[in-house]
Amino acid sequence: MAQVALRNIVKMFDRTPAVQGIDLDISDREFIVLVGPSGCGKSTTLRMIAGLEEATSGEIYIGDQLVNDVPPKDRDIAMVFQNYALYPHMTVFENMSFGLRLKKFPKPEIRERVQAAARILDITNLLDRRPKQLSGGQRQRVAMGRAIVRNPKVFLFDEPLSNLDAKLRVQMRTEIKKIHQTVTTTTVYVTHDQVEAMTLADRVVIMNGGRIDQIGSPHEVYHKPRTQFVAGFIGSPTMNFLPCRLVENGAGLTVRLSDWLALPVPPSREARYRPRVGQEMIFGLRPEHIREGRGDMPPGSAAFDARLDVVEPMGMETMVYFIVDGVEVCGRVDPAAAGNVGESMRLVADLNQMHLIDPRTEVVI
Amino acid sequence: MTMTTAAAAAGQIGRARYGSISRGRRRALFWSYFFLILFVIFFLTPPVYMFITSLKSSAEISAATNPWWVYHPTLSNYIDLLTQNQFLIFFRNSAIVSICVVSITMVVSIFAAFALARMRFWGSATLATGVFLTYLIPESLLFIPLFKTFAYIHDKTGIELINHWWVLIILYPTLTVPFATWLMIGYFSSIPKELDEAALIDGAGYIQMLTRIFIPVAIPGIIAAMIFSFTVSWANFLYPLAFTTSADQLVLPVGIVTTLIRGDVYAWGQIMTGALLGAAPPLIIYAFLMDYYISGLTAGATKG
Ligand SMILES: Nc1ncnc2c1ncn2[C@@H]1O[C@H](COP(=O)(O)OP(=O)(O)OP(=O)(O)O)[C@@H](O)[C@H]1O
Ligand SMILES: [Mg+2]
Repeated sequence: MAQVALRNIVKMFDRTPAVQGIDLDISDREFIVLVGPSGCGKSTTLRMIAGLEEATSGEIYIGDQLVNDVPPKDRDIAMVFQNYALYPHMTVFENMSFGLRLKKFPKPEIRERVQAAARILDITNLLDRRPKQLSGGQRQRVAMGRAIVRNPKVFLFDEPLSNLDAKLRVQMRTEIKKIHQTVTTTTVYVTHDQVEAMTLADRVVIMNGGRIDQIGSPHEVYHKPRTQFVAGFIGSPTMNFLPCRLVENGAGLTVRLSDWLALPVPPSREARYRPRVGQEMIFGLRPEHIREGRGDMPPGSAAFDARLDVVEPMGMETMVYFIVDGVEVCGRVDPAAAGNVGESMRLVADLNQMHLIDPRTEVVI
Repeated sequence: MTMTTAAAAAGQIGRARYGSISRGRRRALFWSYFFLILFVIFFLTPPVYMFITSLKSSAEISAATNPWWVYHPTLSNYIDLLTQNQFLIFFRNSAIVSICVVSITMVVSIFAAFALARMRFWGSATLATGVFLTYLIPESLLFIPLFKTFAYIHDKTGIELINHWWVLIILYPTLTVPFATWLMIGYFSSIPKELDEAALIDGAGYIQMLTRIFIPVAIPGIIAAMIFSFTVSWANFLYPLAFTTSADQLVLPVGIVTTLIRGDVYAWGQIMTGALLGAAPPLIIYAFLMDYYISGLTAGATKG
């Protein structure tokens, strides 16, 4: 068990930067998820914690020890690779016990630990098989088992579920969560699947272009994104972004989106937005905050009519798309209330959930 | 009316196409067998001819009867050769040279190939190409400078390198190491990098990772390189011909030729027998190694 700290970590490959100054404090037993688009430096960061890549500059601590010059074998970490990397010439038992055998653990203890891990992962009946006799999901479990038996200070996962089919992925996701609740080892988990990030993480780290955009609980990064990138990255379907102008309107402030659509800013936000009056801004609102118009209108919401461009029934709900000044906007409505394509529909925007973004800095105000 | 004929025509085209696919397959099979059989005949005729001749007495050979039939089979050639001390010395020299060369090559090449395939360091890619280019220099170009070098070493240190069978142990690796290394770089690169990384994270040092994970997984590539090195050191003709002369310093390929051809007298029966016996060890070793040469040893390591 240990905390992990990264201090101003930079990684250059030749002259191209992959990671550009990362600071991250991970407390003991915490489950941290690194998310971000492809190529943003997630794997590189993880591999530097593992010791598989050397940091160009900066400091890495595991526990209280500075580990920059400690080889991977002495860092006492375990890693699950995206492609599992099982030893093909060994049985599942040998795969899982390899680390313990290297450290010369007594045989009975090895057997005990492997059995215990196998029980957690439900693979006790596979221990005598070779990796090639296993399905993808079973291989994934063995790879996790190999990490668990070592009882390391830190678990590192690099997209461990991305090779599984959708159903198995959801199942294993729950399982990883359960395992972490049982084993409670400090975990750094890399994924580019934001659902995985939201469901697993104690704190989510959103990376973009080699930098950290935001660190926060799933709730925080969803409701209080720090940048436009985070706002767009978290949530599915992605947040609607519309260019707008903030205008003073007698009693309050209004966000003018087009000549036919202007939405009032709720009073709770007025103080925050007032300095921006008259400026060109970007208005952000998640699809789930554009609902069908019902009888009651909660305070802070505004109703408007829009001509539907596309209607996508999803079963539980229906996505409706309409165009505002050439930009497609998505709303999530009750299937029963959804209108037809080409028709006008009454929609309600919950402006308590709105965001205003400065287009120059891309920072959420 | 036109519609139905069009449909019928389309149907016919469809059927015709199916027919032509299976006919194409049959034709492809026919030709592949044809060439395989041609190939087998081409390559098996000499050994068969050698075997038949080795069973003939000198009298029968010089009588020039049907070359494809033995009228009076005899084992005298085999008995003569195997009771000759000289032939056994050639055999021993060849065996020791080959075993040593294969061992040296493997130790050097495995480490070199691992370093070149796995470790990114300055100039590693150029070095890998350079290794292969050395192999392309023909040995016939090298033996004269080597001769000079040996003479120089003799002048300076008094160590005589010429006319000793063991000098081949030093010489052959110059041929085997570059190619074996190049061969293994290719194979090693096909092994997922995560495999050795997983071993390092599991607590293995570099040597443990090599011996317990990497080499066992790379066995097919290593065996291919071993077979190659063995073949070179067992069958090379030019270097032993150039560097060894005394009868007790010869290896098999040169020994057979120089001792069994006296002037213009060719002991054909014994030459054939010697060549056949000389070809036996590689055959046995290949057959033995092939059992271990299971391709796709990495199956199951990754997602698959
Ligand atoms: N060995 C390497 N040599 C050179 N550049 C590299 C190397 N490894 C990674 N990079 C570069 O570093 C950047 C970050 O790569 P990294 O693998 O960390 O991305 P990632 O966030 O894990 O992406 P993904 O989600 O696709 O796995 C990329 O631009 C990549 O091209
Ligand atoms: Mg990655």
